[in-house]
Amino acid sequence: MIKSAVRFLDQRSGTAPLVRKTLRYLFPDHWSFLLGEVALYAFVVLVGTGIYLTLFFEPSTAKTVYHGVYAPLRGVEMTHAYRSTVDISFKVKAGLLIRQTHHWAANIFVAAIVLHMLRVFFTGAFRKPRDLTYYIGLTMLTVSLLEGYLGYSMVDDLLSGMGLAIGYSVALSVPFVGAEIAQLVWGAPFPGDPQFWSRMYIAHVFLLPILIATLIGLHLFLVAARHHTQFRQRRESEWRLVGVPMFPGQAPRSLGLFFSVCAVLFLLGGLVQINPIWLWGPYEVSNGTNGAQPDWYLGWLIGALRLVPSFDVTIGGYTLVPNPFWGGALFPLAVFGILFLWPALERRFTSDQAFHNLLDRPRDAPVRTALGAALFTFVFMPFLAGASDRVFISLGLSYNWQIWFFRALILAGPPVTYVLTKRVCEELLAGEVVEQRRRRVEASA
Amino acid sequence: MRRWLVSALMLLLGRRGRRLPEPEEERVVPAGARDARAESFFVLLLFVAAVCAAGFIAVYAIGELPHRTQFLGLALGLAFAGLAAACIVAARHLVVTEELEEEYSPPEHLDEQEEVVAIVEQSGSRFTRKRLVKLAAGAAGGTLGAALIAPAVSLGPILDTSAFYETPWRRGRRLVDDAGEPFVASEIVEKLFYTAFPEGAPRNDFGAPVVVVRLQPAELRLPSDRNGWSPGGILAFSKICTHAGCAISLYRTPLFPPASPRPALVCPCHYSTFDPSTGGDVIFGPAGRPLPQLPLYVDTRGHVRAAGNFSGPVGPSWWGVRLKDARP
Repeated sequence: MIKSAVRFLDQRSGTAPLVRKTLRYLFPDHWSFLLGEVALYAFVVLVGTGIYLTLFFEPSTAKTVYHGVYAPLRGVEMTHAYRSTVDISFKVKAGLLIRQTHHWAANIFVAAIVLHMLRVFFTGAFRKPRDLTYYIGLTMLTVSLLEGYLGYSMVDDLLSGMGLAIGYSVALSVPFVGAEIAQLVWGAPFPGDPQFWSRMYIAHVFLLPILIATLIGLHLFLVAARHHTQFRQRRESEWRLVGVPMFPGQAPRSLGLFFSVCAVLFLLGGLVQINPIWLWGPYEVSNGTNGAQPDWYLGWLIGALRLVPSFDVTIGGYTLVPNPFWGGALFPLAVFGILFLWPALERRFTSDQAFHNLLDRPRDAPVRTALGAALFTFVFMPFLAGASDRVFISLGLSYNWQIWFFRALILAGPPVTYVLTKRVCEELLAGEVVEQRRRRVEASA
Repeated sequence: MRRWLVSALMLLLGRRGRRLPEPEEERVVPAGARDARAESFFVLLLFVAAVCAAGFIAVYAIGELPHRTQFLGLALGLAFAGLAAACIVAARHLVVTEELEEEYSPPEHLDEQEEVVAIVEQSGSRFTRKRLVKLAAGAAGGTLGAALIAPAVSLGPILDTSAFYETPWRRGRRLVDDAGEPFVASEIVEKLFYTAFPEGAPRNDFGAPVVVVRLQPAELRLPSDRNGWSPGGILAFSKICTHAGCAISLYRTPLFPPASPRPALVCPCHYSTFDPSTGGDVIFGPAGRPLPQLPLYVDTRGHVRAAGNFSGPVGPSWWGVRLKDARP
């Protein structure tokens, strides 16, 4: 049976050598190498649940009056986009499960990418020959942020409408071309032309997923072409790879991880409520709600927008750079710019042009680890500041004082983190030297 | 038909009969010990997954069921959890975990690199005027690229920001509430916060909604050119935050005086805070310019009407937004 299948395929495709090689492809064993896989499997769930949702969602801003099963919204005027999403939640059998699973999967997808990126950064896995893989991964992260934002914005509930207004304002704030960008994307001043919904929809369900899938393909191709990195444990060296073969060793592990991701996502989707849009109501330009929060992966941007003091660059009564540009555009551009430039900068400053198949432990590169930690602090402080209104609502701490506190932290935090992290790395390394010496002396005694 | 069946049967039996005990072949994958308990557990987990998946179908099929979403998620999630557990049991106890070694692929292939370069360079050797060729190819590629991108301009208005200045407010236009009822000046009280729309105009634009509050006339410190804009202390401002376009939907009054001595309009998105008593100045938060104020008057029937357009452009700023006058 197996024999005839293999023969059938090989006689027609000539791929038996390739299949043999693939089955014996080696995976070095470390838990942190699974983070990227989690992202991949979350993407699979996103595509599956997403396709189901497209069968019921109507991306239209045409108005209708709700007469569905959810009583509190009956008689409310809303767009078909919002109405159809409420219907997915209440009318379509299993619709709410799939919608919530989709939303949870999006959050976990981005979380897994970010954790994967941190692993790659702090172990030096981005070094030659894997810098191209790293750039593709970073590009995927940026595209995924946009993809997630569009996904929850299409629903046209009150929260997402506020998010779109902010996105529009950030686009508008770009010097010299902001008005053009915003009007080209939205088709008209906010809330934009009805065509804007068609644009968001095709971008969210087709253009960006195809782009992400293509990038995943390239990413995996490059990973396979250069093989995995590995930690220095026993017999590994820069040119000798030690690992478990894809088949039979790795396959059940990966499959187990895939099913675990599915299990967690569907359990979350069924048991833990996320984005109950029927509570927010439809969006109107004149409505707002307090304590509004975006999905977690945009928290750093809302925090940055909140932290910037009142400050426009103006010349003779004309605005040159409106305020949202600083927190909403310049800040993420700077962070992603540093991340994209990092491999080249590190090569430049360390004069390290060599190939690297062995990973560093974070302590092995104190400056990189310290700078990375400083950059992380620079992003994490605004992320915390993004939740300051919730802290005010639940704990009563003055919002204004929190903002001043975080303004100080975003300036002071990164240098302090840098110094502390560098010191910790150096101490750990020094401790190892002492330990080695002790062992040597004990062995000789 | 019958002949077919018989011959199929013969074929099957024949094959069976011919099957010999397989010779012990050379193993690629090491054998490893049998683990009967793990195998039973593996099978059990697969059955658990099957039962949960069947449960999902059952819950789906039952019409009305309280907590249907929860049961569906539980059934499907546990089915996947069962499969995951089975895979993990298989990985740990039922398949061999070999630790193999191999060389990384060579860092580069110098011969092939050279050959690729030679192929490309030699293929172009019949082109002699290289710079001219490059120029021509660049011109063709560049202009064709531009031509293909040009229709993107149809996406929206370009080099035209006039629409940003447009608002439906004109002198004489009445302020109406959600239900379209006009605001009566005498019914507007202090410490409350009203949302008003222009009568008979679309409401879902940045230019339309305004917030109306009433302060003691003595508290007002409006700019000198806004004399008479606030009949009886009634003030109206654009409801759209000048920072990022959210609706100003918090009115901070009355509050603990030492912390917030004056009433303030606050946007819930990034907490830009505006002072209505001074004409919408920013007193906290990121907004870069004041909230545009709408001049008001009270007509003979006591209704509140706009006395003109806003004191400045409404909504979030763009480069070139004028700090002062909006269009009349």
